[in-house]
Amino acid sequence: MADTTAPTPLIDMRNISIAFGGIRAVDDASIDLFPDEVVALLGHNGAGKSTLIKILSGAYKRDSGQIFVNGEEASIANPRDAKKYGIETIYQTLALADNVDAAANLFLGRELMTGWGTLDDGAMEAEARKVMGRLNPRFQRFKEPVVKLSGGQRQSVAIARAILFNARILIMDEPTAALGPQETAQVGELVMQLKADGIGIFLISHDIHDVFELADRVCVMKNGRVVGTARTGDVTQDEVLGMIILGKCPPGAIPGPGALKIAA
Amino acid sequence: MTDTTSNTPAADRARESELSPFGRFLKATELDIRMLGMVGALLIIWVGIHILSGGLFLTPRNLWNLSVQTSSVAIMATGMVLVIVMRNIDLSVGSVEGVIGMVMGVAQAEFLIRVMGFQLGNPWIWVIALAAGVVLGLMIGALQGFIIAYLEVPAFIVTLGGLLIWRGMAWLMTSGRTVAPLDATFQLMGGGPRGSIGATASWIVGILACVAVALMLLNGRSQRKRFKFPLRPVWAESLLGVVACAAILGAVWIANSYPWPIGIVRQYTQRTGITVPEGGLFIAHGIAIPVLIAVAVGIVMTFITRRTRFGRYVFAIGGNPEAAELAGINTRWVTMKVFMIMGVLAAISAAIASARLNAATNALGTLDELLVIAAAVIGGTSLAGGSGTVLGAMLGALLMQSLQSGMVLLGIDSPLQSVVVGAVLVVAVWLDTVYRKRV
Repeated sequence: MADTTAPTPLIDMRNISIAFGGIRAVDDASIDLFPDEVVALLGHNGAGKSTLIKILSGAYKRDSGQIFVNGEEASIANPRDAKKYGIETIYQTLALADNVDAAANLFLGRELMTGWGTLDDGAMEAEARKVMGRLNPRFQRFKEPVVKLSGGQRQSVAIARAILFNARILIMDEPTAALGPQETAQVGELVMQLKADGIGIFLISHDIHDVFELADRVCVMKNGRVVGTARTGDVTQDEVLGMIILGKCPPGAIPGPGALKIAA
Repeated sequence: MTDTTSNTPAADRARESELSPFGRFLKATELDIRMLGMVGALLIIWVGIHILSGGLFLTPRNLWNLSVQTSSVAIMATGMVLVIVMRNIDLSVGSVEGVIGMVMGVAQAEFLIRVMGFQLGNPWIWVIALAAGVVLGLMIGALQGFIIAYLEVPAFIVTLGGLLIWRGMAWLMTSGRTVAPLDATFQLMGGGPRGSIGATASWIVGILACVAVALMLLNGRSQRKRFKFPLRPVWAESLLGVVACAAILGAVWIANSYPWPIGIVRQYTQRTGITVPEGGLFIAHGIAIPVLIAVAVGIVMTFITRRTRFGRYVFAIGGNPEAAELAGINTRWVTMKVFMIMGVLAAISAAIASARLNAATNALGTLDELLVIAAAVIGGTSLAGGSGTVLGAMLGALLMQSLQSGMVLLGIDSPLQSVVVGAVLVVAVWLDTVYRKRV
């Protein structure tokens, strides 16, 4: 997609680096994402994929590198900035405030207010019922704190929060790690549906089987560096596994700075 | 995604029919079982002490005094709820109360009169003194909150330091000398016959409160209708309204049943020239001003916790600080604001406590931090953060004060009082832990 018609990427992260103490968690990583595209970001635990994506969502501040949104350089210093650019994130931990109800979580940080400047809980709950009705029609527990919900219900609250505000870029960090097979399939359906709506999606996973079918491209990271990027049609699952485990870039992929030098 | 095992509407209905009558009652009224438990415990303590003391406890006089004694701790407990909900603690409130009481005392009894040349009884004296105290409370809270939120020193350490620092400051201001007497108007905040609003005004306040209760119930109902949410049954709404109004009017009636002491009535009749009728003149206290202040603080703090964005953030941060941060909430600023509120509340408590003593002493508020924390915790505020209510904390303060003044009535020595209060605190938190595990 990138090299044929060259449309403007939704997201273009260039030469991003961040270090914690002496450890370079992300080292000179570049990644891009186009409209209605699903890019899977793969790698072992600790490969730096969650860190890279948290820079995009504003949770971490990068040491160097640039982020372009729709071709324009974006300054993302905190989660609020990222949301302004339409970047929504579903974190691996779900990042829900366990002690408040679903509606309060959906609108956390973006509450609906009445004309008096007070919280409009009624309106928020009504909106929550609408969006949750789409994702999970049988969900009824709007009055209970989310800590009392099941894992799948909590996941749907986190997803609802991300799509409630018309996201243009959605980041899903290990979206199916805590789910059963049926729920995983539903997340897959949702990804395809959102993609059809023109949303660009980053799927982060350490398990290639979860995401290979859904993704248009894969990007593999190892030890904080990008091993390579490839269209899913141009590489096999085994080749991608080779990228993840050995850092060996196959011929169908565009090698990154982290690719194994001897083979290439 | 879809949860296959639980919570279809049908399952809900089936479950409802399995509930006991009491369970159905709770569901219909949406009352919190823990709050009911605390009210029950309070009633048991009251009746128990009443019987043990041979009928001394449940008298208008004692209940009126109890309400005044509770005010100062109850006010600070409402702020401590926010502090503890955010997983912090404030050990300095007693000392902050002390130093602010001293500043207000020195301002009105010495500084404004001797240095600024105000006449005794100038109505600005109490205003300036109180304002100085509130501003000082805000500044102390801001300082401690800044160190906790932005310099990342644990709240326990910052406020432990504050406990020593502010108590020391209170002493240093006058080298330990007690400042008295205070301004006559300022003293009204401490209660007493003059610091109460009398029978007529008390009834008016009570009736207004009942109207407010009715309006709130109606408004809640229309809000639910607007969004087509399930409504409480009419009988449950009516029951809640009737019980709340009965409690309010009952409290007013009790306050109005406590007459001025004979000596004060004699002074009053001599001053005004009223002839005392046969059998003496009955002048009721009515609601004490510190109690009104405490109720107003409770209403404002409840509003802040439940209806404002700030209150929502306090609870969200307490539930999951990381999630709140990722949602774009400025958690540090919220933390600092919570400590600023705590400082202002300590100033209000200082005004009430020193006005009641009619003196500013450097021991004012000693050990109050423990009573305040105990009141909040007994009132259902979880030390793990994320849950607690203002009303619960105020009831907790009332419960602690009932125990203490009850034991005084029973003639129990003060060391034994400490033993009982300490044991009650531990048992109350243990019961709460058991309750939380089951639910």
